[in-house]
Amino acid sequence: MITDETAVADAKSFETEEFFVNMGPQHPSTHGVLYLELKMDGEVVVECRMHLGYLHRSIEKIAENRTYTQFIPFTDRLDYLASMNNNLAYVLTVEKLLGTEVPERAQYIRVIMAELNRVASHLIAIGTFAQDLGAFGTPLLYCFRERERIVDIFDEVCGNRLTYNYIRVGGVQDDLTPGMDRKIKDLIQYLRPKIEDLDALLTRNAIFLARTRGIGILPKEMAVNYGVTGPNLRGSGVRWDLRKDEPYLVYDKFQFDIPAARNGDAWDRYRVRMEEMRQSLRIVEQAIEGLPEGQAAVKGKRAVLKPPAGEAYVRTENPRGELGFYIVSDGTTMPYRTKIRAPSFSNLAVIPEIAKGLKIADLVCVLGSFDMVMGEVDR
Amino acid sequence: MATLLDLIIMLVVGGIILGFIAGSAMFVIWLERKVSAHIQSRLGPMRVGWHGWLQSVADAIKLLLKEDIRPKGVDTWVWWAAPFFATVPSVMAFICIPFGKPFEIRGLQIPVIAPDGLRIPMIVSDLNVGILYILSVTSVCVLGIFMAGWGSNNKYSLLGGFRSGAQIVSYEVPLVLSVITVVMYVGSLSMQTIVEAQGDWYGLKWFVLRPNLALAFIVYLIAATAETNRTPFDIPEAESELVAGFHTEYSGMKFAMFFVAEYTNVFIVSAVAATLFLGGWQGPPIFQFILGYDLPFMPVFWFLLKVYFVIFLLMWFRWTFPRVRVDQLTGFAWKVLTPVSFANLAFTGWWLLR
Repeated sequence: MITDETAVADAKSFETEEFFVNMGPQHPSTHGVLYLELKMDGEVVVECRMHLGYLHRSIEKIAENRTYTQFIPFTDRLDYLASMNNNLAYVLTVEKLLGTEVPERAQYIRVIMAELNRVASHLIAIGTFAQDLGAFGTPLLYCFRERERIVDIFDEVCGNRLTYNYIRVGGVQDDLTPGMDRKIKDLIQYLRPKIEDLDALLTRNAIFLARTRGIGILPKEMAVNYGVTGPNLRGSGVRWDLRKDEPYLVYDKFQFDIPAARNGDAWDRYRVRMEEMRQSLRIVEQAIEGLPEGQAAVKGKRAVLKPPAGEAYVRTENPRGELGFYIVSDGTTMPYRTKIRAPSFSNLAVIPEIAKGLKIADLVCVLGSFDMVMGEVDR
Repeated sequence: MATLLDLIIMLVVGGIILGFIAGSAMFVIWLERKVSAHIQSRLGPMRVGWHGWLQSVADAIKLLLKEDIRPKGVDTWVWWAAPFFATVPSVMAFICIPFGKPFEIRGLQIPVIAPDGLRIPMIVSDLNVGILYILSVTSVCVLGIFMAGWGSNNKYSLLGGFRSGAQIVSYEVPLVLSVITVVMYVGSLSMQTIVEAQGDWYGLKWFVLRPNLALAFIVYLIAATAETNRTPFDIPEAESELVAGFHTEYSGMKFAMFFVAEYTNVFIVSAVAATLFLGGWQGPPIFQFILGYDLPFMPVFWFLLKVYFVIFLLMWFRWTFPRVRVDQLTGFAWKVLTPVSFANLAFTGWWLLR
């Protein structure tokens, strides 16, 4: 900021000063309570310091005081835009501790729900990204309108619209309701043209391109070094997706591609998400076609789970990257320790690195393109 | 006593116009909310009045009753005067907007002041420098924004003020150049003369139908969007970056004044666009065919129709496009729009002197 002294100084000794801007924790475009302390030189960011913890609820500690089943609703509150995927990762870890075999039908239902939730989550990611770029609400509301249809499916299946608590140890809460396969097929038919609409609205828009291409380039090496995962990593050109590289559930039975871009700029991250939605719909379509008959959960499951002493780590591909649960069991009904490897947390770590030299408008664009959810960053 | 008559008419028309501004700003605000809602597949305001048409009135009452918060450390006078500097120039610009065809009421003879019948000019004052006056007066608005940015003692506001200064200075150039192209055709700066030059031929003489002036129209429309700080050029406000930009620290009626100023400006630029390029109040004389004479309010109807069409265009842009970055914004003005308008100006000059 120009102070009074510099204002009266003569033109020869004109000085400029760097100044601090507090972006957040309440700011329209930090996606929750992210607090960035920016050192600015005019419009240019010189340094970016990040302060986390405004949404800390000590979920990992809570895990030590809840039974395994009781903790599933807490995983909903990590990445609240992709609750199904969080349930899934946690439940898979507990099942690995227990050594449970899950019926094939349950696995298929899990895949369907996880992929639908991936689409819902990416829709919000793209909508809020466009909102951050100043496309006032229109793409955001279109995305929410499409997401609503997916949420309707979840609502019918499990009774909840945001925090599902649907995927349970040994299977899923309830089998699909009658006629649900038809509804999901209709949903896919509905979503496909809508995604193309969104594509037409944004992807080749001249202003959108000018704002996102070459902005916030995340080089491949830096992405790997910082442990960036998910669409952000694939946007940088690393074709790494756990669904293909370390298949869990029944992902190895489906035909789908892992999209990856080259440059690692904001536009590439956006495009990867766009393509992933199409691929997810492909998976859902195949899963609903090949849905086997059978049980949706292990029969006669015990009310209180007591895994043998030991430890397990399972990572799954969440919409935002690799979500890992590390659980240490001491043989009692409650875990000795639960560690959550949240994708947004690792993705966020790289932002101060690429924020340097960006304009404040570009920083907003980069934050939007990284698509973090503070719920899982702060846990 | 022609001067006294002129003065009285000027005052009466001015009063009507002031009332019109308030009503129009409210209507445009409501329209914006409805248009945006329907673009986004929403309904928009529905509760207050039929389809929410009283929503703006309710908002105005709310803003009037709100506490006037004065943040700590503001530059009192600058902060306080800024809303007026933003609003007053846009109201002043209405003086030269031609709302309709001048007409005479022959039967009405008022002794002393109007012995030969009353001539209604349908413009507050048809200055012979009309368009120049509008352009110069509306550029004062940037002062209000800049004062708000400086006086608020808020860094976001300051950034908004800086950006606004850069933006309006940049876009003034192509805007004026595109206007000059029209003025070269007409040979007059008077708004009524410009409208009359587009008369006859059932609208085929509208300037927007000439290729080089159509280009000027496009340049004008883009520059006008920037002048009124609307998306894709709304960087002085830039919600996702600067919270609310220059009016972050304003609340209550002061905020409302910025709001009204914005929408009055939108009306002004649209009215100028309609006057310069779309034939102003000229329109198909429907009642000429039916009744044998044209009704006096029809030109006003055509004018407002065109103005609201241009306003609708601006709204359409706003709710479709993302926002450009500040350097791209000025870069676009200087590297694309200004050379294009200069080339267009040179071409038009050659065409006219040919």
